[in-house]
Order: sequence, then structure tokens, then C-alpha cells
Amino acid sequence: MSRNYTPKVVTANDLRLGDVVYLTQSGQWSRLHNEAALYSEEEQANAALASAAAQSLIVVGAYLADAKAGPHGPEAVHFREVFRTRGPSNYAHGKQVDLQEPAKVA
Amino acid sequence: MYSYSDFDEGFVRTRVVQFTGQVARRLDGSLTEEEFRPLRLMNGLYLQLHAYMLRVAIPYGTLSPNQMRQLAMIADTYDKGYGHFTTRQNIQFNWPKLPDVPAILGALADVEMHAIQTSGNCVRNVTADHFAGAAADEIEDPRPYAELLRQWSMDHPEFQFLPRKFKIAITGSPHDRAVTRAHDIGLRMVRNAAGIAGFEVIVGGGLGRTPMLGHVVRQFLPIPDLLPYVEAVLSVYNTLGRRDNKYKARIKITVHETGATEITRMIEERFVETRAQFGGADQALLDDIRAAFAPPAFRNARAETYDAAYAKDGAFRAWADTNLSQHLIDGYAIVTVSLKAHGDTPGDATGEQMRVLADLAEIYGHSDLRISHEQNVILPHVHKSDLPAVYAALQAVGLATANIGLLSDIIACPGMDYCSLATARSIPVAQELAMHFKALDLEHDIGPIKLKISGCINACGHHHVGHIGILGLDRAGVENYQITLGGDGSELSAIGEKIGPGFAYDQVTPAIERLLRAYLDVRLEAGETFINAYRRLGPAPFKAALYGEGNHIDAA
Repeated sequence: MSRNYTPKVVTANDLRLGDVVYLTQSGQWSRLHNEAALYSEEEQANAALASAAAQSLIVVGAYLADAKAGPHGPEAVHFREVFRTRGPSNYAHGKQVDLQEPAKVA
Repeated sequence: MYSYSDFDEGFVRTRVVQFTGQVARRLDGSLTEEEFRPLRLMNGLYLQLHAYMLRVAIPYGTLSPNQMRQLAMIADTYDKGYGHFTTRQNIQFNWPKLPDVPAILGALADVEMHAIQTSGNCVRNVTADHFAGAAADEIEDPRPYAELLRQWSMDHPEFQFLPRKFKIAITGSPHDRAVTRAHDIGLRMVRNAAGIAGFEVIVGGGLGRTPMLGHVVRQFLPIPDLLPYVEAVLSVYNTLGRRDNKYKARIKITVHETGATEITRMIEERFVETRAQFGGADQALLDDIRAAFAPPAFRNARAETYDAAYAKDGAFRAWADTNLSQHLIDGYAIVTVSLKAHGDTPGDATGEQMRVLADLAEIYGHSDLRISHEQNVILPHVHKSDLPAVYAALQAVGLATANIGLLSDIIACPGMDYCSLATARSIPVAQELAMHFKALDLEHDIGPIKLKISGCINACGHHHVGHIGILGLDRAGVENYQITLGGDGSELSAIGEKIGPGFAYDQVTPAIERLLRAYLDVRLEAGETFINAYRRLGPAPFKAALYGEGNHIDAA
């Protein structure tokens, strides 16, 4: 692991639905942050981002977000990314209720 | 109200057809996102944190009942059953799916609405006094001029790629309810020495990261000169504006860097040219538009039902005291319907609530509805005898909150619950403040106050012109809230002052409580409002309340 590199996940929004998605180890997209692939090396992360950006029929706006390893998979670090894992705080809308459904989107 | 001409109708329908094709080509891969993004933004479609967001223009905040019903239909069919009214008098849908957006735009076109120029570096939705045509203090209804500006700016070929976005606000009243001094162009109707109505033209106001109040570039502009003069302002800005730096690209910076005197000279010089190019067609058009805004057929009736309800029903009386404003016609009132029920999201209305508002406007309100920049809905023309029935109907759907102009009548932008630009949340801060002061039962004691919250420096929540402004920031990965005091969006316009370090998320409400308890202690009498006490005393007692010993532990 690079000493100064904060691990990253690749995240984007689903092109059709707009929902937040994460790139998994198998190169598919999941709606669950903890199913994301966590990249500890900058080169790996950049390569994953490039492959994600090329999937423009599935996702939009791919970027790298800081994350950390957790007991159930990668966890968001910044509060903005935490909010993206669950949805708005004023209504029970978005992932906090939608994730009762199957997680794979592509 | 104004109805689309064949030209308007054809233009909007054509855009729907174009965008339908553009979405199809994006979905089949013919268009890249880079190619598609400017096209969707030209049609008001943003990508936010959790979903797409469609921003629909409500020109000068005026809606018909059928338009409101269509917004309700869109909310129920394509969204999650609600819409969010904004400080730009627009409505935003937070959850549309990309393949559905062409159908939504088609449904909007069916009721003469669209989402064009609600994004991009063009002239945005022209905003106006939400009491236009009803206010007792009005010189003239400003909406015909707002409509003229809308038609002129719509798809104007010279002004589609300005250095930055451009916002025009207009008021016909001396009491400024349209925050004209915080807009790129503010137009205030005034009378000259001969008693003729015209406009005071203010240029270069704006909030955002560099808040500035506009400069008066023309004390009195005759009405026939409106379009050529506004065109001259845009033309000068289009030439001088800083396209090299997004953060210096608004006209407020152009005015600041060029100097108010020099920019006034340049505008007047350009105006000589633009004036000569207008041959009078705009004035003929204006006559037609004016006819569309003729006052409704006001009726004469007795108001005993109002007087009786006011005398015997305390809840109705409280609502009448806070939510009604003086109408220009005796026997009528302007009703402000609060979208700020304590604990709810400021500016949100459900589909059901929208339909009730549409029905009330149709039955009791001369079929007129307004959206205020303060994120409430106005029934501008209600006869007093109908107010008890209106109140009862509003009560049945949770719209009878009696808090207009009070602490819980908070402006709050969507903040980081929705917006991809936000640096902190706004909505839950507003919700907690409203609930806290309700529990303390202090709202009415505190009296009139403007509290405004923005979730980032772009200031959609107008915090700079709040008597109390709250700005949410990201400080080293933690939400942090700066408090500004003394701002004012009225004709006494002022930019609020930052008082000290910011507060952690869970310290905002206690800080505001200390601030307001200090106000209650220092005010001369109950009639001295917070802003007047602040103007009299300056920041010292309020700063002491916020940051006095033991109160700064969580400040960052």
C-alpha cells in the first residue's frame, strides 16, 4: 500500500435513474457502498476510474471517493459520501428505503 | 394572466421534441455525457447527489390553478409525491428518471410551462414581487414588464452564452419584496417629479461568495426604454465580463472592477445604440401583455363571516394576524400560505397540497397563485368573507401554519440533502430550529425576523440578507455553520456581518437560542424587532451571547 495514499472507491450515478452506484471488484456496479472495490494503490484506482468512465451507457460522473476498510466492506469517510450511501435526511427516500431491493444494477 | 402566443407554444413544443431526441441519443450512446450535459442543463435537468433534479421555471412566480395541478400530477406520477419551491420562484423535482424527463417536459408544455433557461449562463427566470397586482402600496403591477423581459430574453441569440448566469428581479412597490438590490439587474418602479411611473435601475447586486448590493445606474428610466436599456446593460456585461475566471464572472465583479461611474457611462453610451434599434414593436407587444394582466373582477361583499371567525376562533385569529397582508382593494386580503409547518421541509408541497391550493385559488382566489422567493404560496386576491373557508381547507391538509414573517418561516436551500454543490446540510438545521422554538413557545414573543440558511457559499438560501444568516460549510471534513447578523433583503438592504467562528452542526440551535434570548433582554420594548435592535446596538451584545465565556467550545 502507498504510504500517503488514502484508499478510494469508484462511485458514479446510474445514467437512467440517477441513483448512486459503486464499482465492484468484478467490474459491475452496485448500489451498496460496502460492495465496492477498495483501491489502496493510486495506479489501480486511476485505472478503475478510467474503466468506469468508459461505461458511459451505464453511469455518469464517475469519480474517486475516499473510503476505508470496515468489517462489512468499504465504508465512506467524508460526510458527503456517507449521505450518498443512504439518501436525504428529511424524508425516507433513496437508498435508506430502496435498498430492500436487489442491489446489482448492471 | 398571460397565455402563450402561437410563437411561445411552437418554441416550447419544438424544444420538447428536440430534447426527446437528445435523451434517446444519450441512452443509445450516440451522444456522450460531455455532449449531452449542456443540452440537459439548457432544459433544466441537473444531476444531483442522489438523483436527477428538474428545475421548472415559474415566470415571476405566477401560476394558474391548472398549472399547479399539473405540477401536482408530475410530482405524483414521475417523482415522489412532492415538489420543492425555491428562492428563485422555481419548482424543483428531486427524483425524476432520465427516460421520463421528455414526458415531464411535454406535460409542462401542455400547461404553458417549461424548464428552459433555468440553468446555464443566460438570463434566468425573471422574478417579481409575489404580491404584484395585489399590494396596497404598489405603483403598478410589475408582471407585464417581467413578461416582456421573459419574452425578450427567451432564446435571445446574443445572450445565451454570457460570462455567467444573469438574474433580473422587478418590483412595483416601494416596499421591496423582490430583493432587487441582490440581483444582477434590479428594477424598482418609481415615480418621477411629474408623477409618471418608470424604473430605478440597479445593476451589479448578487449574493454568493462575494456578496454585493447593486448600484443605481439610472434613477428614472421611462417605461418605453426598458428593453433597450436592459439590453445595453447585458451588452456591456457580455463584452467586459470575466470569462477567464468563473468566480469573477458575475456582473457584480464587472461593476466592482470597472467602477459604478464608468460602467454607468458605458451603459448609457451603448443605450444610445440599442435605443435606436427598437422600432416600437416591443411597446405594441407590451400593450397586449398588459391586457393579459388586467385586474380580476373584484367583488363587493360584506365581511361579517370574517369578523365573526376572527372574534371567536383563536387559531383563525392567529393565522389571520400573521398570514394576511393588506390588499389594494377594501374587503380583500392577500393570503400567504406557509410551506413552513414546524418540522417540515421549507418550500416543499405535496401533490395533494398543490391540488388543494389550485382548488382554493379557483374557488376563492380569482384563479391566481404566486410562489414567493421566501418559499411560500400566495393567494393574492381573497375576499375576506371567504377567509374562514380558505383557512379550514388549508388546515385539512397541513397548510394553515400561522408563522409568516416569524422565526420558523425560514428560507433554506436544499443543502447537502440533495445538492451536489452543497458543503453542509440546510434542511435539518431549519427543521430543528423551527421545532425547538415551537417547543419553547418563543416565536411570537420574538416577533418578526428573517432567518435564512444556505448549505454552501453560493447562497441560494439568501443567508447574506437574513437578519440572521446561517451558512453551512465543510471545515476539515465536518459540517460547520457560520452565523451572520444584520442582513436585510428589503428596501433597507444590507449584507449581514460574520460575527465570529462557526458552530458545529449540533451547536447551531443552542447558539441561535442564546442570540435570541439576548435580543429579548436588550430590546427596548416588544415592538422593537430583532433587526432594529441590531441596528441600534451593533453586534456587541449578540456576539457576547454567541461567544461569551463557555459558549465557544465547539466553535471552529
